[in-house]
Amino acid sequence: MTVAQQPEALNFECETGNYHTFCPISCVAWLYQKIEDSFFLVIGTKTCGYFLQNAMGVMIFAEPRYAMAELEEGDISAQLNDYEELKRLCLQIKRDRNPSVIVWIGTCTTEIIKTDLEGLAPKLESEIGIPIVVARANGLDYAFTQGEDTVLAAMANRCPDKAPVAETEKNERNAIAKLLNFGKKKEDVAQDESEYVNHTPLVLFGSLPDPVVTQLTLELKKQGIKVSGWLPAKRFTELPVLEEGYYVAGVNPFLSRTATTLMRRRKCKLIGAPFPIGPDGTRAWIEKICSVFGITPKGLDEREAQIWAGLEDYVKLIRGKSVFFMGDNLLEVSQARFLIRCGMTVHEIGIPYMDKRYQAAELALLEKTCQEMNSPLPRIVEKPDNYNQLQRIYALKPDLVITGMAHANPLEARGINTKWSVEFTFAQIHGFTNARDMLELVTRPLRRNNNLKDLGWDKLVREEAKI
Amino acid sequence: MKLAYWMYAGPAHIGTLRIATSFKNVHAIMHAPIGDDYFNVMRSMLSRERDFTPVTTSVVDRNVLARGSQEKVVDNIIRKDAEEHPDLIVLTPTCTSSILQEDLHNFVERSQLEAKGDVMLADVNHYRYNELQAADRTLDQIVQYYIEKARRRGELPEGKTEKPSVNIIGTTTLGFHNNHDCTELKRLMADLGIEINTLIPEGASVNDLKKMPKAWFNLVPYRELGLTTARYLEEQFGTPYVDITPMGVVETARCIRKIQQVINAQGAEVDYENFINEQTLYVSQAAWFSRSIDCQNLTGKKAVVFGDNTHAAAITKILAREMGIHVVWAGTYCKYDADWFREQVSEYCDEVLISEDHGEIGDAIARVEPSAIFGTQMERHVGKRLDIPCGVIAAPIHVQNFPIGYKPFMGYEGTNQITDLIYNSFTLGMEDHLLEIFGGHDTKEVITRGISADSDLNWTKDGQAELNKIPGFVRGKVKRNTEKFARDRGFKEINAEVLYAAKESVGA
Repeated sequence: MTVAQQPEALNFECETGNYHTFCPISCVAWLYQKIEDSFFLVIGTKTCGYFLQNAMGVMIFAEPRYAMAELEEGDISAQLNDYEELKRLCLQIKRDRNPSVIVWIGTCTTEIIKTDLEGLAPKLESEIGIPIVVARANGLDYAFTQGEDTVLAAMANRCPDKAPVAETEKNERNAIAKLLNFGKKKEDVAQDESEYVNHTPLVLFGSLPDPVVTQLTLELKKQGIKVSGWLPAKRFTELPVLEEGYYVAGVNPFLSRTATTLMRRRKCKLIGAPFPIGPDGTRAWIEKICSVFGITPKGLDEREAQIWAGLEDYVKLIRGKSVFFMGDNLLEVSQARFLIRCGMTVHEIGIPYMDKRYQAAELALLEKTCQEMNSPLPRIVEKPDNYNQLQRIYALKPDLVITGMAHANPLEARGINTKWSVEFTFAQIHGFTNARDMLELVTRPLRRNNNLKDLGWDKLVREEAKI
Repeated sequence: MKLAYWMYAGPAHIGTLRIATSFKNVHAIMHAPIGDDYFNVMRSMLSRERDFTPVTTSVVDRNVLARGSQEKVVDNIIRKDAEEHPDLIVLTPTCTSSILQEDLHNFVERSQLEAKGDVMLADVNHYRYNELQAADRTLDQIVQYYIEKARRRGELPEGKTEKPSVNIIGTTTLGFHNNHDCTELKRLMADLGIEINTLIPEGASVNDLKKMPKAWFNLVPYRELGLTTARYLEEQFGTPYVDITPMGVVETARCIRKIQQVINAQGAEVDYENFINEQTLYVSQAAWFSRSIDCQNLTGKKAVVFGDNTHAAAITKILAREMGIHVVWAGTYCKYDADWFREQVSEYCDEVLISEDHGEIGDAIARVEPSAIFGTQMERHVGKRLDIPCGVIAAPIHVQNFPIGYKPFMGYEGTNQITDLIYNSFTLGMEDHLLEIFGGHDTKEVITRGISADSDLNWTKDGQAELNKIPGFVRGKVKRNTEKFARDRGFKEINAEVLYAAKESVGA
């Protein structure tokens, strides 16, 4: 590296870690919906339960497949036996819901009182006959979306290591399918196989809504790449086969533990690519996967250009505007990179945790994007301090602050536009198809402003902000 | 261990935070792991706060587990003191700090040496108290702290105010319709010629607390919050308190008569009977409603009631005593104060139900099949499932229970609001029932389901499957747009790829 390049490099900082985010047990909310035959048991206190109940909003009333194992004073002081207590609750869950897997979510409390969940699970599993997966998704160690990472890392160990011999069984299933489809399916299958290039099996990891799974799978299919499986699958019983030497690729930036587990424990090869968020990210993601399999990507130029053309009405609203990420869900770097490509300036990327190895390709793309767009390199602030950030926001006056709900209304009242960051984790933002949805969210406060701009109601607090 | 899907009252620290953030210029510092500051989100979202919620966390992470908090808590207190100059910082323990058993008292004492404001440790044990009990205790603790402080400095005022005056104790942030109740109570006091001495904790400054002994009496409108404080003030200064919730016509009158008795005993010589009569007969519409044929039609209809002590008891009495409705059972989740509830409602309902288990409540509703439910958000959803209308009368509540419009539950305007709530719940159910009998408004299907017969396009199985994943309310539009897209480009078949291509091209 030459001296001249030094100031060009990304600037990483670390603050006090005094920031607002969701507790990682919130991953239960989307994972129980994704994995249809699962049951999530959060072993914690009223505090955890209260958070989930409020964070999940209306979902809580729909008989969710999750519950709290609420610890009482007797559990803390070890007057009650953990194993017996858990057995009683798990048997009740088995009786009432009959799930294919029970996921235990360890919390801060089980960490502090050192409940040996990993030790108890195999014993109880063999006694009650339901797989028990342990994920220690607690607020002592992790933030928000990292909860999914701990669950998927634990699931990775449960993926079958050999394709079931059942070639015949598969044919049989096909036979039934054929019957149901009056033989139509047969052509599809034969045709399907020939559309793919012969490559080492590829498994993708990261929980996404089913429509997005379909979209990304079809996107790779256009390049002749077959997705052999997806971690997690729709059902626990359908977890993908992971043999030594398989390729794996992540779809979300917060999955570093899962990636590590897949490499070290399952001996898979990780394709380190930028994440398929925004048309630029999706293209880079596909190109990287193609390059690993020695495939020359087809039609990506046109496809990306076409998507950008379709986004122009939104892009012109944000071009030249500035954005500040307070940081709470680890999607920040990918989002910032996409928005810089849209012509925005990024003041700061706050992020709870930065895995420079797992995000290496994404960080490289961020740097490259900044250079190409002639945009200053943003500072990346790990473990931010929300109080300090607010001072910087007042000084910088960004056009948009992407932040948690704790700060959103107070900032709006002070005339600063905000977008609530949690929406990005629940909205569909991956792939070419959903780039528009992401910009729909980003531009919403600006479009709202266009509607209200002549009213003179920007600042709605009496005295100047104290905090 | 207890299998729990839903809880009615939150954990203890929520109660403490509700008190701390209700005061002006008081800051709470939670000793908690990342993510436990969810209170800020709730306050900012539910009550649509314009200001930052004055709560920060002194984060408990791995390092704290290994070495203890050491200087961290003290540093955080001193830093906040310097940044925002609060009058008081309340160090708030959580379930995590309850088991870590760090000497938080010591941290408070050490930081007090440097901090300009006051510092205090909220004395609540997570495993012994719930949100409501903790709020009651914390309020008492803060009041005692400032009374004692004033006493030490000789700053306690002598004697009472010249005119009859009151401390209204117990309206807080995130309390069910508390801000509207507060306005209504102030109006009622003004009508009665009573001055407001202090109003705590919502909107009060801790520096005003030393004024509390000057009031002639204390009014505690909510059963759950403020009684401990009122009892302390009675014991210290002999200040009597009125703890009758002025909710419903009869109870409001009872509360006013009690106030009359209490201040006349101190030489006020007031007579509120005319006022009560005038309000009851002509200002509040509730008494007239009881006579009207609308209410007559409700006679003997079955209802169930569930909520916190204050609201469930008051609504039960209103239904039974003021409207002639048959309350099959009334229940509360305030188990720790169940005797009071039983005593209040026993003569007004067939059965009393004390439980924190929403499953048990749901079953009890299904069993009696009432015409209307009055409960929390949870009972509203049970009602949805069973097709029974529900009026929400108590926390836990959602953002729609923080209305911007003026909707008190207390005082004479409160009786009007409650009448609407009750009557609308019952008629809504009756209308639905009638509609069903006559076969509904409109029997035609609005959106064609599946593949329409005249379509020349064929949806493949995967295309249809993807279409089905699209939420119902936009599916018709997506289907039409996709078919138009396919027709324009001459596709014969619509599969998932075509569907998404259409989405990309037209934003369908």
